[in-house]
Amino acid sequence: MADVDEPEKKRRRIEELTEKMAVDGGIGVSGDWDGRWNHVKKFLERPGPFTHPDFEPSTESLQFLLETCKILVIGAGGLGCELLKNLALSGFRHIHVIDMDTIDVSNLNRQFLFRPKDVGRPKADVAADFINSRVPGCKVVPYFKKIQDFDESFYRQFHIIVCGLDSIIARRWMNGMLMSLLIYEDGVLDSSSIIPLIDGGTEGFKGNARVILPGMTACIECTLELYPPQINFPMCTIATMPRLPEHCVEYVRMLQWPKEKPFGDGVALDGDDPEHIQWVFQKSQERASEFNITGVTYRLTQGVVKRIIPAVASTNAVIAAACATEVFKIASSAYIPLNNYLVFNDVDGLYTYTYEAERKENCAACSQVPLNLQFSPSAKLQDVLDYLTENASLQMKSPAITATLEGKNKTLYLQTVASIEERTRPNLCKTLKELGLADGQELAVADITTPQTVLFKLNFT
Amino acid sequence: MAMADGFKEKATKEQKYDRQLRLWGDHGQETLENAHVCLINATASGTEILKNLVLPGIGAFTIVDGHKVSGEDAGNNFFLSSSSIGKNRAQATTELLQELNSDVSGNFVEETPDKLLDNDPEFFHRFSLVIGVQLPESTCLRLGAVLWSADVPFLVCRTYGLVGYMRLVVKEHTVIESHPDNALEDLRLDHPFAELKHHIQSYDLDNMEKKDHCHTPWIIIIAKFLEKWYSENNFQLPKNYKEKEAFRQLIRQGILRNENGVPEDEENFDEAIKNVNTALNPTKISSAVEDILNAERCKNITSQTPVFWVMARGLKEFVENEGGGKLPLRGTIPDMFADSEKFIKLQNVYREKAMQDALIVSKHVESLLQSVGKAPEGISEHDIKLFCKSAAFLRVVCCRSLAEEYSVDSFNKDEITSCMDNPDSEMVLYLMLRSVDRFYQQHSRYPGVYNYQVEEDIAQLKMCVNSLLQEYGLNVNVKDDYIHEFCRYGAAEPHTVASFLGGCAAQEAIKIITHQFVPFNNTFIYNAMAQTSATFQL
Repeated sequence: MADVDEPEKKRRRIEELTEKMAVDGGIGVSGDWDGRWNHVKKFLERPGPFTHPDFEPSTESLQFLLETCKILVIGAGGLGCELLKNLALSGFRHIHVIDMDTIDVSNLNRQFLFRPKDVGRPKADVAADFINSRVPGCKVVPYFKKIQDFDESFYRQFHIIVCGLDSIIARRWMNGMLMSLLIYEDGVLDSSSIIPLIDGGTEGFKGNARVILPGMTACIECTLELYPPQINFPMCTIATMPRLPEHCVEYVRMLQWPKEKPFGDGVALDGDDPEHIQWVFQKSQERASEFNITGVTYRLTQGVVKRIIPAVASTNAVIAAACATEVFKIASSAYIPLNNYLVFNDVDGLYTYTYEAERKENCAACSQVPLNLQFSPSAKLQDVLDYLTENASLQMKSPAITATLEGKNKTLYLQTVASIEERTRPNLCKTLKELGLADGQELAVADITTPQTVLFKLNFT
Repeated sequence: MAMADGFKEKATKEQKYDRQLRLWGDHGQETLENAHVCLINATASGTEILKNLVLPGIGAFTIVDGHKVSGEDAGNNFFLSSSSIGKNRAQATTELLQELNSDVSGNFVEETPDKLLDNDPEFFHRFSLVIGVQLPESTCLRLGAVLWSADVPFLVCRTYGLVGYMRLVVKEHTVIESHPDNALEDLRLDHPFAELKHHIQSYDLDNMEKKDHCHTPWIIIIAKFLEKWYSENNFQLPKNYKEKEAFRQLIRQGILRNENGVPEDEENFDEAIKNVNTALNPTKISSAVEDILNAERCKNITSQTPVFWVMARGLKEFVENEGGGKLPLRGTIPDMFADSEKFIKLQNVYREKAMQDALIVSKHVESLLQSVGKAPEGISEHDIKLFCKSAAFLRVVCCRSLAEEYSVDSFNKDEITSCMDNPDSEMVLYLMLRSVDRFYQQHSRYPGVYNYQVEEDIAQLKMCVNSLLQEYGLNVNVKDDYIHEFCRYGAAEPHTVASFLGGCAAQEAIKIITHQFVPFNNTFIYNAMAQTSATFQL
């Protein structure tokens, strides 16, 4: 019928025009087809009322994204897979990705660059292969390594770094690394030494995304209290008065396994080994029935042993998308970036909350202020160690403390190397005075949470 | 052997879906695997939504799309390649989506939704949910009407520049397992039931061995001191801060002291003091649950009444009779410092009472079923138990139809006007989306698609905005900046915004299918410029 055909004909005509004519006449970058970047170009080549004050519409911006801009993605898991896809389809071609893990079956419900046949292979490699073959022209470079395997010269080459990590320690390390790249001249920050860090995290139906401009905005350390230390069950509950099925599992994991060594001497409990989990499961059931506790299941056992955090594709999609949008904004100056923290929760409807996390004046990572340690000269070194690990703003894991004494660098205590630990252990019981430390003395502390040593000033009270 | 393969398959699925089974359980997963979702228009937004449904193992999907893949499509859609250009978009995307998960069955229909609505509207009746992406207003309203009469849930999604939009249309959606984030415990300390009273009496705090004293659960401690408080305070609960502080002090005095009068370290007493605030909240039924119990659906039970409402009526009978105005006991208590025996005994007191209450509700449900000529075992005890355990968290979500939202007589003027008191509220983005739809109706295209159109379309779009506001009698100010911005968008669908929406929409779809967690009601707007969002009930 004529009436129905008319809009239909119009629509087809417009489609034809669309296919023939790109937004501004088309660019012939090899491998690109007509219209490929139309959706992106509108934000790079057109002026607008809400753009960043520094934004200038230009056909060169797309070229910058395609040919020059270098992005580092940390993690090729739930967030990482999404990030790689998002960046690739937003025009980024030079993307590097670091991940130290291999693929597990339980990843397949959300890490969509992996298939059952890929189980056991390095995530970074498989992810890079998939993206490079699905998105022509994209050159993802994978690294099956830990972030700590790289130094400043590696990280310095990137324009923007995006994290999709599942570890707070790793986040803090990355944060510290970017702080160490900052150049201050006469106390003034050289803005060209800033590498923006976009960080995303998810857990079940909750997630957050944040933009960190090192030296300028709140960093990971500034807001350490947002990551409360993981609460472990008290030992006396586990050992003598279990009440929950979880207590029973922890008993088997922490006390019974080391004692019975069910799979041989020195064989550690491997949460990924079904036989190990089965053993723990059975023993946990026995423990539970001793105390009339119900509820020990295989799934619960595995969850406790591996500290499993539930995860779905949708939350990772949301958070990674928010992060990638910020990468695009910063790389193109198209809009003012998120300032600076987004919280998301879709348990009941959909909830987002955006706010500006504040910098901490005496932040251990990003303030230029050396931190003070107040102790009595008769306090023991153990007290200092406890403070470094227990204080909510420091939350160090296994700090190594050194000081300059009689012109020489002396290790007061170091935990991570067994022989040094043994040698320096007696120092923990000695007082600060006995160790020869003076008021105003500088202590250098190293820890896995930071790539650089943190300097403290000792103040005697 | 086939059976062994079946077990092996189930085991691998358990492993694969482990991380999500911990959220919605095996029963939730089953509903997902039995669902068949329809996606209309496999644009980037559409395929991103489907990706997040295919990965968790939706039973089946069907893509309806009459478009051919354009160069633009292949540029922002992960489930298209350049070799797809010119092919039908439904077919091209189905292949790459199907490849994500072999458990899922993918289908496609190379047809526009309008044609299907013309020739075979009942095509849509088979789906658990229809997701409509980037639909022009006329198609959307037509489809909305069909799905509303057929009682098929409809989720409308669009990505327009840096704006994401979702609209849920479902007449009545019931939720038993809403999994609230911060649920209050159901301890009944304000009105201990007989068995709890009896159990509390078995404790004599003043005449206990020290090791028993410091391993007594805080629930018992609060109950004991409450008895003391009642006798001195006219049987009234401590209500305000002053009274609660006095009550805490009373408990503090109960802490054992050593020979020197120094209080011992009694963690259970510390816990009791900490929990005074919440433990003494009067047991009451939330307004959401009250509404459910008083709903028409609950009052008039027929042989057609859905299971949820029959159980709700059973609950209501309990509340009004045996429950004495209270819901069946939930039966759980939080972990607390105590020795195993005392804790388990106390836990069992709650568990057994909960079981008894559930049994009574069961009896009510059985008589209800019988009264309408149905088999009394028709609703399983397991389901009734779950219903009772979740009684405090039942939710019913009713979304208005699109017709109601769009009609000049019934649109939500108050909501729109009050939100627009702040001219930068996300509501302005909703008004702009309505306006570009008008533009499309008039010009058969969206504003600013081509560079040369941007300037001239601004004036045209402004006319659409004004005609919209006039038609609805809306006295609000839509800043020119937004009109300019929406022309700038040129109906672009940037991938990251489509992906954000894809995550949001997929999870809402999963909520609708599993009937777990609570869906939004009913309009969600995402602003990718500011990274903010809002939900409106329109």
